[in-house]
Amino acid sequence: MPNERHTLTALVDNEAGVLARVVGLFSGRGYNIESLTVGEVDAAERTSRITIVTSGPPQVIEQIEAQLKRLVPVHAVTNWTFATSGIEREMALARVSGKDRAAAKAEAAKFGARVLDDGGQATVFELTDASAKISSFIEAMRPRGLSDVSRTGVAAISRDPG
Amino acid sequence: MQTEDTKTAAAKRDTVMLTGADMVVRALKDQGVTHIFGYPGGAVLPIYDALFADNGITHVLVRHEQGATHAAEGYARSTGRPGVVLVTSGPGATNAVTGLTDALMDSIPLVVLTGQVATHLIGTDAFQEADTVGITRACTKHNWLVRDVNELSRTLHEAFQIATTGRPGPVVIDIPKDVQFKTGEYFTPEQSRHRTYRPKTEADEAAIARAVEMMASAKRPIFYTGGGLINSGPKASEALRELASLTGFPVTSTLMGLGAFPASSPQWLGMLGMHGTYEANHAMHDCDVMICLGARFDDRVTGRIDKFSPGSKKIHLDIDASQINKVVRVDLGIVADAGNAISAMVKLWKEKGKKADPAALKDWWAQIDRWRAKRSLAYEASDTLIKPQYAIDRLYELTKGREVYITTEVGQHQMWAAQRFKFEEPKHWMTSGGLGTMGYGLPAAVGVQMAHRSALVIDIAGEASVQMTMQEMSTAVQYNLPVKIFILNNEYMGMVRQWQQLLHGGRYSHSYSEALPDFVKLAEAFGCLGLRATKPDELDGKIREMIDSPKPVLFDCRVDPTENCYPMIPSGAAHNDMILSALSTAEVSDEGKMLV
Repeated sequence: MPNERHTLTALVDNEAGVLARVVGLFSGRGYNIESLTVGEVDAAERTSRITIVTSGPPQVIEQIEAQLKRLVPVHAVTNWTFATSGIEREMALARVSGKDRAAAKAEAAKFGARVLDDGGQATVFELTDASAKISSFIEAMRPRGLSDVSRTGVAAISRDPG
Repeated sequence: MQTEDTKTAAAKRDTVMLTGADMVVRALKDQGVTHIFGYPGGAVLPIYDALFADNGITHVLVRHEQGATHAAEGYARSTGRPGVVLVTSGPGATNAVTGLTDALMDSIPLVVLTGQVATHLIGTDAFQEADTVGITRACTKHNWLVRDVNELSRTLHEAFQIATTGRPGPVVIDIPKDVQFKTGEYFTPEQSRHRTYRPKTEADEAAIARAVEMMASAKRPIFYTGGGLINSGPKASEALRELASLTGFPVTSTLMGLGAFPASSPQWLGMLGMHGTYEANHAMHDCDVMICLGARFDDRVTGRIDKFSPGSKKIHLDIDASQINKVVRVDLGIVADAGNAISAMVKLWKEKGKKADPAALKDWWAQIDRWRAKRSLAYEASDTLIKPQYAIDRLYELTKGREVYITTEVGQHQMWAAQRFKFEEPKHWMTSGGLGTMGYGLPAAVGVQMAHRSALVIDIAGEASVQMTMQEMSTAVQYNLPVKIFILNNEYMGMVRQWQQLLHGGRYSHSYSEALPDFVKLAEAFGCLGLRATKPDELDGKIREMIDSPKPVLFDCRVDPTENCYPMIPSGAAHNDMILSALSTAEVSDEGKMLV
């Protein structure tokens, strides 16, 4: 069966070792992690949301969800690839170096990237968008003096409450 | 840190102030713990001090921490209560890892308390420091490092809740030494409940109704039962017996499930899987409705997956949702406690007055009888050598009618015991199934005997396995535990030898048990009784002597060194592709050789 790419989020108790549990589950059972982001979402409730982009055949994706739900500090797991109401975004920082960066700036503007820093040697752009758009942006910068990239990985949320 | 504020808060909440070490003892008692298995060391001395001052809990001093974990497993599996272990930091904790993994694989509830270096020393490579929560994360259901004494009691109670509910399993609570000395607020079990952990135990009515319809329409049904029925408690075994009697369907079981259904029943097919009976495996292969109850389609059971029971509709009941569709796609998954779900099936079957097609069922049983006629457990008798199968048969016959608990090590002897010893009740069979841990049986027998002082507890062992945890004989002597270690001594790691014969051209690489100890003298050195049998005609007398001895016994039963365990599904083969004896030609595919 062909591999599918899925974005999962897990709402977890923000306790010591919870990220290690999630990451250990993936490495121990041989699942892929394409990206992983984590941050506290409710300080009073002490909960964090972990967003994981993974890939595998449908049966493996189903297992990943079931295995995540087994972890004691995991409250809920959502697969945004199946949900129609999901929004996914990623942020990238890209640095372009060289004397002439006009072409890079013009191209970056088309993607809607912001200039964060524009020193003598380099320009740093920020872009928040869908992961595919970010990848296109990075490819567009590559021949225009790209010297470094940092990507956050995906964060996902539902459009609708409840 | 004890402030006026926490004291006031404690008084308001009706809690008491205790040291961390006293909390441990108090929490164990509040959880109904009567026995713990442990080994002291620097980082748990405050807890040992608290135990010294209190005689409400029996502490069993083992000789190695692995022994403590297996003893606790034997205790847990034979009583249905959690097994509790107390060990020190560093090597104490790392020695417990094998037992933790064993308990995780076989779903045994263990609560393991480990000492840790003081919080200010954590991360400094202090003496006997190990990252215990890091090391045990992958071999526990959950684990905790408790840095605040005010969190300790709630964590302990949560640990019992998590270990014993849902799919049971081992948990570790790592307690730094300074936390054991500090004073804090003690919460009772009622005041401590995990915020979100609520395993699903009740079955969906619609799923039960569908299962009953599928069962009623079956022409060639089979119940494939597993260790989940033992873990669920006596209700699950009772419900299974009633459901089997109502439906008239045949029953087989995994290694872990033996005893849930009585071996004396005419509906019993014997164990299934790699060394299961011909009739059980063929019935699995040819069935049209498979009802899997508390088992997990383990590779020892399924054989080759793409040829596993190709024509059947499958129902899978498991308390752990991640088991459904993990290995084998099923037509109906039911996530629930086995006792609840099977009782619901019984109730609905009766209410609806269901009955499976009697003519079809009659044909199915006729087919099963033809498979039974192969007598797949038969072996070639000898009057000069003790055949291992004969030894198990005699052991069974001579202990019949007593309250007998059997533990095993891992290998051929384990499979012969599983094939031939007849279990009528759950919780009387303790074996390492998932992990296959050599050295499990002796300490497990210690744990079982601790809980059942007057029962006959026998470890059916191999001479290689038993040497891995042999030192626990000393524990048995110290606590007057008359465990019987019945060694089928074939001077080989028998299962390794068998695979080398069948798969590796008879090159017996390092599988001969060289330089064996004299087990009779060894027994005497420990203060046990040592017995040896070398001829079939002396076996009965020696077994009786073993049973009658009030002491722990090491029984060196010298058996045929080249006997193989049959029947066998070779690696990579299907259920209907069994080897019945040495005379059959064993063809193992290259793919099969890759498998273990």
